[in-house]
Amino acid sequence: MSDSPPLRAAWIAAALAALALFPLFGGKFGVDLVTKMMVFAILALSLELLVGHVGLVCFGQAAFFGIAAYAVVRLTPQSQPASIWWLAPAAIGLAGIYALFMGSLSIRTRGVYFIMVTLAFSQMAYYVAHDTPLGGGSDGIYLSLVPTFRLAGFELADLSKARPFYYFALFVLASVFAFLAVLLRSRFGRALAGIRVNERRMRAAGFSTYPYKLAAFVISGMVAGIAGVLFAVKDGFVNPELMSWNVSGTVLMMIILCGLWSLHGAVLGAFAFSLLQELFKSQAIFGDFAKHWHLGVGATIILAVALLPRGIAGFAFSSRVKALKHYPGAGERYE
Amino acid sequence: MDIATFLVQCFNALQFGLLLFLVAAGLTLIFGIMGVINLAHGSFYMIGAYMAYALAPAFAAHAGWGFFAALATGLVIAIALGYALEWAFFSFLYERDHLQQVLMTYGLILVFEELRSILVGDDVHGVTAPDWLSASVPLGDLMSYPVYRLFMSAVCLAIAVGMYLVLSRTRLGMMIRAGASNREMVQSLGIDVKLIYRAMFAAGVALAVLAGMIAAPVSSVYPGMGNQVLIICFVVVVIGGIGSVRGALAAALLVGIVDTFGKVLFPQAAGVLVYVLMALVLVWKPDGLFKAT
Amino acid sequence: MSEVVLRGRAITRRWGGVIAVDNVSMDLARGEVHAVIGTNGAGKSTLINVLSGEIPASSGTVELLGADVTRWTQPRRARAGLGRSYQRNTVFEPFSVRENCRLAAQARHQRPWRWWSDASRCERSVDAGLRAARRAGLEGVLDRAAGLLSHGEKRQLEIAMCLATDPQVLLLDEPLAGMGAEETERMLSLLDGLREGHAILLVEHDMDAVFRIADRITVLVDGAVIASGVPAAVRANRDVQTAYLGGPA
Repeated sequence: MSDSPPLRAAWIAAALAALALFPLFGGKFGVDLVTKMMVFAILALSLELLVGHVGLVCFGQAAFFGIAAYAVVRLTPQSQPASIWWLAPAAIGLAGIYALFMGSLSIRTRGVYFIMVTLAFSQMAYYVAHDTPLGGGSDGIYLSLVPTFRLAGFELADLSKARPFYYFALFVLASVFAFLAVLLRSRFGRALAGIRVNERRMRAAGFSTYPYKLAAFVISGMVAGIAGVLFAVKDGFVNPELMSWNVSGTVLMMIILCGLWSLHGAVLGAFAFSLLQELFKSQAIFGDFAKHWHLGVGATIILAVALLPRGIAGFAFSSRVKALKHYPGAGERYE
Repeated sequence: MDIATFLVQCFNALQFGLLLFLVAAGLTLIFGIMGVINLAHGSFYMIGAYMAYALAPAFAAHAGWGFFAALATGLVIAIALGYALEWAFFSFLYERDHLQQVLMTYGLILVFEELRSILVGDDVHGVTAPDWLSASVPLGDLMSYPVYRLFMSAVCLAIAVGMYLVLSRTRLGMMIRAGASNREMVQSLGIDVKLIYRAMFAAGVALAVLAGMIAAPVSSVYPGMGNQVLIICFVVVVIGGIGSVRGALAAALLVGIVDTFGKVLFPQAAGVLVYVLMALVLVWKPDGLFKAT
Repeated sequence: MSEVVLRGRAITRRWGGVIAVDNVSMDLARGEVHAVIGTNGAGKSTLINVLSGEIPASSGTVELLGADVTRWTQPRRARAGLGRSYQRNTVFEPFSVRENCRLAAQARHQRPWRWWSDASRCERSVDAGLRAARRAGLEGVLDRAAGLLSHGEKRQLEIAMCLATDPQVLLLDEPLAGMGAEETERMLSLLDGLREGHAILLVEHDMDAVFRIADRITVLVDGAVIASGVPAAVRANRDVQTAYLGGPA
């Protein structure tokens, strides 16, 4: 992918068009799969903000994803469907609150501590879901009624049907992408990039870095919450595994897979990794062994990170400036 | 809570804490000295437990010393495994940044879990403690405490003391601590740092495997036990301070107390209390309670 | 008599049992270059870190433009007019020189809540950044990635980023580090030009440069001040000669 804006815009437009047209020939399984990929793409975008752009390697993204999903199920009344206009913000808000809590404590830690602390706090959420009545236990809970999406009496989309939901998810993905793109080139976004590259210099210049990082953390958590809302509505079922570190690890892998360290890299990585998972799960190829698909995924992760430290794109783009440009971890070792 | 129950919980807390220390010490040393964060450390604990299960029938016939033979066998396998893993995999992680280490060891967890699933299946297993350790010590009129658990605590304590002596009193310990602060310097002194690292890593693995082996009769053997232990160990390491063995001990005991008494006093909150503890410690000391060894 | 813009009073900093900075007092006036010299480990870097706010003093006070800033964090002091450059480059290597300066200048007009507005169109930070870059002599390389600059250019950029926020006080930690003769000349004339309107504290090892450019010199040994005054007086000072300059001249 070139850096020139018109070319990139063309690529993005083409991708949008392809996604928009896909349901016409995708088939039921395809539409379902791509919808899930889009939800994960949103989750990946949330992590790209935090890891790729600010340089905070968070291993707890699943918590925000899961909390929002659980909130959707828990807040939906038994008797009548909720309107997505209030249900989504409420769920996202709850995810944001947990992000505020997690972030305020973990951002004060440095380097590896941050990874461990975010992992631990997301496990805390997992245990709440798994062990307390709030969460409903390891069996999970079902969404009683799919929320409505109406405006002035008109139903904008029937979210319980596959195709309308697909387009709804596509719309949300595009909006989140656009929002983050604008955010990253704003003053706030540039300050975050500066914090990633050299926090010391930012502080010496006069930026109080803690509030910036905390704000980024909360925004990231809320975007992850958006993905969680979509997931809950689509699947109609939530269980504590949504908050497991498997999810966190998977998303982390998605953003580094393509090695582009950009928003579109995160989306591409989400799609690519999802396809990879489907590949390993496929009984057509692996027969009975397909139930051990984690082995293939694990081995792939190891090989991908070992051989391609800058992701797949590391192959194609080897100019020194590009190398300088984005890889957040390059050469930086935490104390 | 009457005195007997209180004593029982104290012993439980001690036993849990000391066991955690065994696993956490390996984790914190490997990170503190070699700079590698190893998510798969919990998998070694799981491997230990499954080894106890697998080796039990082989040594069942020999009532008395069979148990120790199984332990010794397990340790030898663990050290060999540690050596091999360090050479084949972990030595490549030293120069990598933390994100890569996290991802690669995360992939390793997946591989370990699936290998276990393929080789031994997904069932939950029990392991019986050896007969001569199966008695119970009476505590007051109504309660008694299993000897085996006291045995576990004794083993962990002995190892803790041994570690302290090695690290602070021996030349090897000095080299290890020096290697932690300045790898190049130690290397230029002619000491083979690579060998030390490999040995250290193997020792860390052995500690986790041993912990799993002796814990097996108490906690039973099930998939996911490795991951559970790992997360708690992370909490221990964060509270205690990365790289500090002393901190790991203090934190492990603290976590043992909070978790054990928490489960008894607030069963609803159960597993969450340990994280609340971590949150409180972080508010007060973001770098953990102790500095590195 | 020039206005004193930065004043350190009885600053002491202890690390465990070691006293890194021992009861150091110093004044920095507008329009002067005040150099701090001393052997390695004499406490110069620690002193600068305390003055800039990166580490707290164990005791003593720091005053900036009349206000007691002893308890202020570094970013707060920076916003109040204290600029700092580092011995090891802290430039943003992946960004262009232009963006480096613009981002530093942004610290003055942050306004992070305006998430929709493109930063590169923010006139104030763009202009301030350009001014600083020009002042540091970097017009020729504005669009080059900072990581691709020569060492001397990077040191210039380090100063430029310091200037981008329009500080009144400049704390410069070994700006000449690792420079060849020609680059040193350029940097010295740059510093000379900055004298007017700024108060400059300079930590340096290059003695020739120090005696050329400094209006006043303070000598630190083992964290304590052993001499302070005009260059000629310092050079003639017996204690300084034995402790630092290596015997009577």
